[in-house]
Amino acid sequence: MKILVPIKRVVDYNVKVRVRRDGGGVETAGVKMSMNPFDEIAVEEALRLREKGIATEIVVASIGVPQAADTLRTALAMGADRAILVQSEESPEPLAVAKILKILVEREKPDLVILGKQAIDDDMNATGQMLAGLLDWPQATFASRVEKTGDGLAVTREVDGGSETLSLTLPAIVTADLRLNEPRYASLPNIMKAKKKPLETIAATDLGIGLTRRLTILSMAEPPTRKAGVRLASVAELVEKLRNEAKVI
Amino acid sequence: MTALVLLDAEDGTIPQTARSAIAAAASLGDIDLLVTGSSGAIDAAAASAAKIPGIRRVRTASGEAFAHGLAEPLAALLVALAPDYDHILAAATAIGKSTLPRAAALLDVQLIPDVMEVKDAETFVRPIFAGNVLVTLRSSDAKKLLTIRTSSFDPVPAEGGNTPIEAVTPPDYQEKSRFLSAEHSSTERPQLESARVIVSGGRGLQSAEGFRILEPLADRLGAAIGASRVAVDSGFVPNDYQVGQTGKIVAPDLYIACGISGAIQHLAGMKDSKVIVAINKDEDAPIFQVADYGLVGDLFQIVPALTAALG
Ligand SMILES: Cc1cc2nc3c(=O)[nH]c(=O)nc-3n(C[C@H](O)[C@H](O)[C@H](O)COP(=O)(O)OP(=O)(O)OC[C@H]3O[C@@H](n4cnc5c(N)ncnc54)[C@H](O)[C@@H]3O)c2cc1C
Ligand SMILES: Cc1cc2nc3c(=O)[nH]c(=O)nc-3n(C[C@H](O)[C@H](O)[C@H](O)COP(=O)(O)OP(=O)(O)OC[C@H]3O[C@@H](n4cnc5c(N)ncnc54)[C@H](O)[C@@H]3O)c2cc1C
Repeated sequence: MKILVPIKRVVDYNVKVRVRRDGGGVETAGVKMSMNPFDEIAVEEALRLREKGIATEIVVASIGVPQAADTLRTALAMGADRAILVQSEESPEPLAVAKILKILVEREKPDLVILGKQAIDDDMNATGQMLAGLLDWPQATFASRVEKTGDGLAVTREVDGGSETLSLTLPAIVTADLRLNEPRYASLPNIMKAKKKPLETIAATDLGIGLTRRLTILSMAEPPTRKAGVRLASVAELVEKLRNEAKVI
Repeated sequence: MTALVLLDAEDGTIPQTARSAIAAAASLGDIDLLVTGSSGAIDAAAASAAKIPGIRRVRTASGEAFAHGLAEPLAALLVALAPDYDHILAAATAIGKSTLPRAAALLDVQLIPDVMEVKDAETFVRPIFAGNVLVTLRSSDAKKLLTIRTSSFDPVPAEGGNTPIEAVTPPDYQEKSRFLSAEHSSTERPQLESARVIVSGGRGLQSAEGFRILEPLADRLGAAIGASRVAVDSGFVPNDYQVGQTGKIVAPDLYIACGISGAIQHLAGMKDSKVIVAINKDEDAPIFQVADYGLVGDLFQIVPALTAALG
């Protein structure tokens, strides 16, 4: 089985982002960038499927600025076989990303695409489902467990009331949730080896896909910050405040 | 203008989250509701939906394909109904988040997820970066597909309407995924998304056993129980208890955070609560920066004392 894992370069999850003075975007100058945490989980799951003898080849792909190549190298150092960078001036909207991924899928013919359930910058939680729709493939979002069955997959998903298990025919789309696995770190020798693994670059504009944004940002703002309240000395004081000041109990 | 709201119907009842999604459609013209389910469950669900006031019509689609909220047949159904609508909405629940993007791609529309405010028919506010930034967007798509952050909209009433119900014939659907089983965490408590009070625990509870110290307090307050990611990852409680950027987004009147440090990913899910109480032994824990009331100390003493003091 061949697996494609799309990965996104995002602001590191430890960074508290700030809106730029002009309100036109967030401050990214000098900010640490990393692989989207859910995509690390997606890569790890692909590696585990290969270690179980189920997957044969793992291709990672990213759509974005030239520096996304560094993120792809990280995935190669984790153990992916090959990488494709679809270079664009910025990360396009999920619909355009899904259209580009569809072209990659038609070219690479993977049996399974594992994506992160959401990118932690735009939090759209959309790309995997959109790709599944465009390809007319079955989808299992928010996966916490993936198992190969006879001719398909059994995927356990985290849903609102607990979890549920679906069976999917292949080819299929899976999006990774936090508890699917714990991703490995790349070892130093593997980081060295990754430098020699193939990384192909394609220009997004050569794919003939409209990248025009459907959503225009009118403004960005930081939400009103809560101010710290008071420290109380005793439980009795807390009960009094909740009853008489906040009136919530 | 006409809007269609896809409802998650659970055992014949319409959850509060769905009624919040309807509230978000209030300024978007006439509202139709879409109820789906197995042939056995559809009538009860449709009857509940018909009681919601201010609705033009309730449309129903039933059959085995719709019994478990699978995204593939639901998205195909939305695509078939789409010509009748300018806006298609659903609550940002597991079903809404799985279905709407799929339908949007099929309609060549860029989905607008997690809408917190409807400014006008094409302008919406949504959170990015774990809610640290709110972005106002205008969509140039002819049709708009939205998922709704339910904690941002007061639900419409459940009763008072008498809307006509009309069955639609779903498009042919070729099965690609099949429901095998579900493990629902059973609880008598209110659901996190609709609870007025939430008692939430983190790594500070130490174990599944330790976590149970929150139960008498939650019982006393009629509260739902929530948790941080660490508490879920460590197996203290099931996954559906998680509050945060990647868990549930809640905004109760009262949120009591016990042994939770207050990481941005956790705050993303609860910082819109009306009143926040933090109980933590580390006086520098970031949770105190958002808490209205803080108690510094050992939760294993404070929580039972609080339960007792509430009488
Ligand atoms: C300079 C700049 C300007 C921007 N302007 C706008 C704007 O005007 N309007 C606007 O709405 N947004 C804007 N954005 C945000 C951009 O459109 C987002 O990247 C987009 O909305 C994607 O959402 P998401 O990453 O949350 O997708 P999600 O659907 O949350 O991502 C889920 C998964 O899809 C895969 N994936 C997503 N993106 C990629 C990718 N690029 N490559 C490979 N895999 C991927 C990953 O596996 C990921 O885990 C801008 C961004 C930049 C950098
Ligand atoms: C991509 C991504 C997504 C994430 N999504 C989420 C999410 O949705 N929700 C979420 O919660 N987290 C999420 N996280 C994890 C988040 O970053 C934190 O790791 C997590 O919230 C910490 O949980 P915690 O507060 O329980 O544990 P800790 O940070 O370890 O805090 C434990 C606290 O308990 C206190 N404590 C210990 N013992 C006692 C005692 N006896 N009495 C009183 N206080 C005590 C300590 O002082 C400490 O402040 C995410 C992380 C990533 C990378």
